[in-house]
Amino acid sequence: MKISVIITLKKDVLDPQGKVIHQALDGMGFDDVNEVRQGKYFEIDTKETDPQKAKNKVEEMCKKLLANLVIENYKIINAQ
Amino acid sequence: MKSAVITFPGSNCDRDMDVALKKFGFKNKMVWHQDIELPKSDLVVLPGGFSYGDYLRCGSMASKSKIMQSVINFANSGGMVMGICNGFQILVETGLVPGVLLRNKYLEFICKNVFVKVNDKDSAYFKNIKNDVLELHIAHNEGNYFCTNDQLKEIEDNAQVAINYCNNEGKIEKSFNPNGSIKNIAGIFNKEKNVLGMMPHPERMIDPSLSGEDGSLFFKNLINNIK
Repeated sequence: MKISVIITLKKDVLDPQGKVIHQALDGMGFDDVNEVRQGKYFEIDTKETDPQKAKNKVEEMCKKLLANLVIENYKIINAQ
Repeated sequence: MKSAVITFPGSNCDRDMDVALKKFGFKNKMVWHQDIELPKSDLVVLPGGFSYGDYLRCGSMASKSKIMQSVINFANSGGMVMGICNGFQILVETGLVPGVLLRNKYLEFICKNVFVKVNDKDSAYFKNIKNDVLELHIAHNEGNYFCTNDQLKEIEDNAQVAINYCNNEGKIEKSFNPNGSIKNIAGIFNKEKNVLGMMPHPERMIDPSLSGEDGSLFFKNLINNIK
């Protein structure tokens, strides 16, 4: 079973990389962008076949390693 | 006095730390990250470097390595644990010290000497140190200290800020902040002040032919405090 996870920076956390990407887009003529925030995307292929169990495990992975909850939020977007 | 320096895959200041500790009288042992037991130590050091290639988040994978459970237990039982640079990043990922280290504000790897103001004169790390301002070296890409407002209040209420970036006179101002850290924070303690994380490298300032000697002051004072 494959599960996807998106990690995003929390609202109040400075994202200098997102800012630079925004500036670059601006320079390329995409001048209607308000803000860019950069995040991370994971695809996790697990042996678990029960969707709920797999989702719970991935949630534990997010809390313990994939995300740092001081600055990041995680979202499990696709359990199939 | 006995110390232990943990080597993770990608650590590169572990040997410098070994040299520094021995120079000032520690009997130091190098410990591999896959070991389970710590040797009997008065001080455990997590050195600088790029553990696990800085993948995912700096220090995140190292904080889960086998030896770290022993390090965490050692710290929780009052043992002295010091994390320098990547070691600081590992400490925040274990939760032993609060906050996180983000990418430097201006996205540059910074490698230069800086001045830091010693705020703390009570902990075993800085007690009796003569100088209020130390010149130390920083070399990092992710040293931008960040924490939530609630954490910041707690850190300040408990006087957990160990050192701040400043000028040579000890003035703490934004213009002397190299990386965007909240309140110019360069190093912090846990609540009990037995765990210290800091971005500057004292082990790089111990040889008058190569550098300044403020690192020597730090280590001399440290071993005297532990004795």
